[in-house]
Amino acid sequence: MVETVLFWIFGAVALGSAFGVVMGGTLPGKGGSPVASLLFMVSTLASVAGIYVLLEAHFLAAIQVMVYAGAIMVLFLFVIMLLNLGHEYQRDMKGWMASLMLFLVSGALGGILAYRFAGPGGGAELDFLAEANTAAMDAALAEQGAVGVIAEPLYTTYVVPFELTGILLLVAIVGALALAKRRVA
Amino acid sequence: MLSMGIFSLPLAQEAAEAAAHAEAAGHFEPFLPGLIVLLPLLGFLVNGVLALVHGRRSADAVRRGEELDLDTGGRPSTHTLPTWVGPGVLLGSFLLVVANFLRMRGVELHEAVVVNYWTWMDTGAFRVEAALQLDQLSMIMMLVVTGVGFLIHVFSVGYMKDDPGYPRYFAYLNLFVFFMLVLVTGASFPVMFVGWEGVGLCSYLLIGFWFGDREKSDAGKKAFIVNRIGDFGFLIALFLIFVQMGTLDFVEVMGRAPDELVYGGALVTAVTLFLLLGAAGKSAQIPLYVWLPDAMAGPTPVSALIHAATMVTAGVYMVARSSVLFALSPVGSVTVAGIGVATALFAATIALAQYDIKKVLAYSTVSQLGYMFLGVGVGAYAAGVFHLMTHAFFKALLFLGSGAVIHSMHHALHHTHSHDDPQDMRNMGGLKKFMPLTAFTMWVATLAIAGIWPFAGFFSKDEIIWYAGAAATGPFASFYTVFWVLALAAAMLTAFYMTRMMVMTFHGSNRTGDEEAKHLHEAPLTMTVPLSVLAFLSVFGGWINVPEAIRNSFLGGFGALPMSEWLHDWLDPVTHTATAIREEALVAGGFLDGEHHYHGYLEHAPFGGGELTWALASTLAALVVVLVAVSVVRRWQIEPAAKAGEPQSGLKKVLYNKWYVDELYDLIIVRPVLRTSRFLWRIVDSVIIDGLVNLSGGLAKFAGFVVSLFQTGSVNTYAFILTVGVLLILWTVGF
Amino acid sequence: MLTQALVLSALLFALGTFGVLVRRNAIIMFLCIELQLNAVNLALVVFSRVAGIDGQVFVFFVMTVAAAEAAVGLAIIISIFRHYETVNVNSFNLLKW
Repeated sequence: MVETVLFWIFGAVALGSAFGVVMGGTLPGKGGSPVASLLFMVSTLASVAGIYVLLEAHFLAAIQVMVYAGAIMVLFLFVIMLLNLGHEYQRDMKGWMASLMLFLVSGALGGILAYRFAGPGGGAELDFLAEANTAAMDAALAEQGAVGVIAEPLYTTYVVPFELTGILLLVAIVGALALAKRRVA
Repeated sequence: MLSMGIFSLPLAQEAAEAAAHAEAAGHFEPFLPGLIVLLPLLGFLVNGVLALVHGRRSADAVRRGEELDLDTGGRPSTHTLPTWVGPGVLLGSFLLVVANFLRMRGVELHEAVVVNYWTWMDTGAFRVEAALQLDQLSMIMMLVVTGVGFLIHVFSVGYMKDDPGYPRYFAYLNLFVFFMLVLVTGASFPVMFVGWEGVGLCSYLLIGFWFGDREKSDAGKKAFIVNRIGDFGFLIALFLIFVQMGTLDFVEVMGRAPDELVYGGALVTAVTLFLLLGAAGKSAQIPLYVWLPDAMAGPTPVSALIHAATMVTAGVYMVARSSVLFALSPVGSVTVAGIGVATALFAATIALAQYDIKKVLAYSTVSQLGYMFLGVGVGAYAAGVFHLMTHAFFKALLFLGSGAVIHSMHHALHHTHSHDDPQDMRNMGGLKKFMPLTAFTMWVATLAIAGIWPFAGFFSKDEIIWYAGAAATGPFASFYTVFWVLALAAAMLTAFYMTRMMVMTFHGSNRTGDEEAKHLHEAPLTMTVPLSVLAFLSVFGGWINVPEAIRNSFLGGFGALPMSEWLHDWLDPVTHTATAIREEALVAGGFLDGEHHYHGYLEHAPFGGGELTWALASTLAALVVVLVAVSVVRRWQIEPAAKAGEPQSGLKKVLYNKWYVDELYDLIIVRPVLRTSRFLWRIVDSVIIDGLVNLSGGLAKFAGFVVSLFQTGSVNTYAFILTVGVLLILWTVGF
Repeated sequence: MLTQALVLSALLFALGTFGVLVRRNAIIMFLCIELQLNAVNLALVVFSRVAGIDGQVFVFFVMTVAAAEAAVGLAIIISIFRHYETVNVNSFNLLKW
């Protein structure tokens, strides 16, 4: 019961904040800074992390907060401040006609997805998504703990992709440095 | 369908003999068979390199403004080596062949010896070995090719000595001999085909040897293209054989054909007819004979070697080699014989009215090849090969003799800067006085080709005619009767046109002009020696295969000759299967009772009379024709070519123009092909095909332009299109 | 709750898409892409709840890639800003040949 209430709260916050991300810094009289969007994004990420907890993905929830809401968003913030954005002479949003059309397009996308998930013949009516099926995961969690349950496949079945992501991060670091470094004429 | 039983009937007695032979028979060990073939190739390589060096040197000399003075003995050093290498490798090959021949004579060889070298191709079911086949037939062919080839090489040394292309000439000639040896020794149809195409190539190269002359290079092309038609037939036949039997090795095909192919069946008939098309192309038979007279554009020794003695007999050899297949198809056989006799008669009529000495000999060759086809067509394979051999002797002699005449005429006309044709017999006359040895040897050959006893041609040609008449017992009897009569008629024509040629060339008054006559001279030693050797062979070459009936009569010295039907017996291991098949068919058809052997049904000609009677009659008739021709032609008033021009009317004009066959082909084949080609080029290719290609290109370009409009370079557009795409995918997958 | 979470993920994804399409500021477009990634992650976590742990492992990898992407993407934005003095995507349309 408590979980359901929490889910609705987190879900509402996540959706609202996501809307804020999209519209941030463009509301009348609020200036043009992208920082607003960024802060809304942090809020969204935190809400999603909450939902992760409700879905018994404790480890991912922690990482979501630390890596995403923490590290990556701070990186964005640094860049925004570094570039001193928010004083654009061009309008950030497209015109209302275009916006409406794009809203319809993306709305259709979300509608189709939601319909596939929840509509007739969709997820809600599938045995697959029945609450009872969560028992196996609950048992695994009880046995191995929140970290152990994800660490085990990560270091056995997925050890090669895991190492490869390490290389990917290294390459990304080098690449980012090479790209962002000021060229000395 | 015939079964293996066919062998039991005629060979019942031979089977016992074979068992006896098996004990006495030693083992035939071929002596360096590969080297026989490789020596001429080596010669080609040496002479070919020299030709390149020589060509470079001459080009340099021309650039420097110098002239290679060949007339005064100032021959370049690159001419020395070919003189020795060219004939030398042939002599080497010839000696090796003789050594092998003696070895083979020493043993009783009943099956071909196949020498495998390497696997040429191995593609699943199709496997071809690069292998040589040594048996009695290929041995005879090798003897002829290398022996006559060697003499012609020696002759060429004298004939071509002043030609700037001397090393190139010998390179081609050696290459030709190499391919010819591959042709006659190849152990399977594909290997034979390599030689077949190779000699075709060399023929083309040598016909167009003086390629600076448009007419001559055109003659080369004509030979090449006409031969392609025949090769097409040959290849189709190979495919058919392979599809049916799964192999192309001679031993396998000939061994299994009697069991696996239906006698007189559609397949074997198709195979033989297609093989015949190939043979007709190579051996210049109707309807593909037109290239051979034009091939006289090449140097005369080439005409002697390739277009008389060896290459053009490849078709005869091929039919003899495939004798089993032809024996299985009565239709195929009668077609071969019919084509042969038609060609023999047709070419002989054309030869009557030609003035060019080489043209006469060319049509004579076509005619004699027709006789060989008649021989192998009526089942007298040994007789066909026999005539092939004697013909190689006397026709090579005739060509070389004409070469000596042309050589002499050319020099004489050259000295006075006359532009008369040195090959036109109307410009000759009375040359006997200047070239006695040439005249004598050529008369020997003429008597041989005319079939006068006891020259070589008498025995071989007579045997073919005799067998043609005797074949009138079996199926298609009436056809064979007609063939026999026509063959006799063609023999008379042969005697006439050959005598006409001899008399016009060597007798009567001299028509070269007085100044020119001073420069006429006998040929040098390198040319007269081969002539003499060939003359010797033209006289005695026929004595190896004298029919029993003749040998025991006064015509054979009452049995004095040591070798009675030697060649016939020698070739028996190769031909006995085919002979047995024919005989079985005759017995099955009720034409022959089972008691008789093959010779049994040769006891009577269509109109009665034995072999001796008809031989005597034909040689007497030929003799009469020769004598009449001598007296008639001597009385003709012949005017030099420049004055006389071409015959203007009557049969003579038609014959001079070769029955207008070239014009007919031009009308019904060449021009329609040209017109169709032009249509295909101008309309189909230029407009339709090019148009389609351009259209597809244009469409791609246009589509590219349209699509490029979407490529704005703006991230927004791309993201939008991407989203729409995802939407579409979800829509189609979801619903 | 699982179905509702999936619908939530669909809506978040749609909002992210809308943001990418409608904004011109490269950094905010980038943020919206992160939003889309999060929506997908959420769906994966929901699935992993009933289908085993693999979904969570995948989310882990997605986060790693997102981090790398953020680093490189932001570096590119810095580089572009140096050149054009703006991050408005209308100002550069070099993404064609």
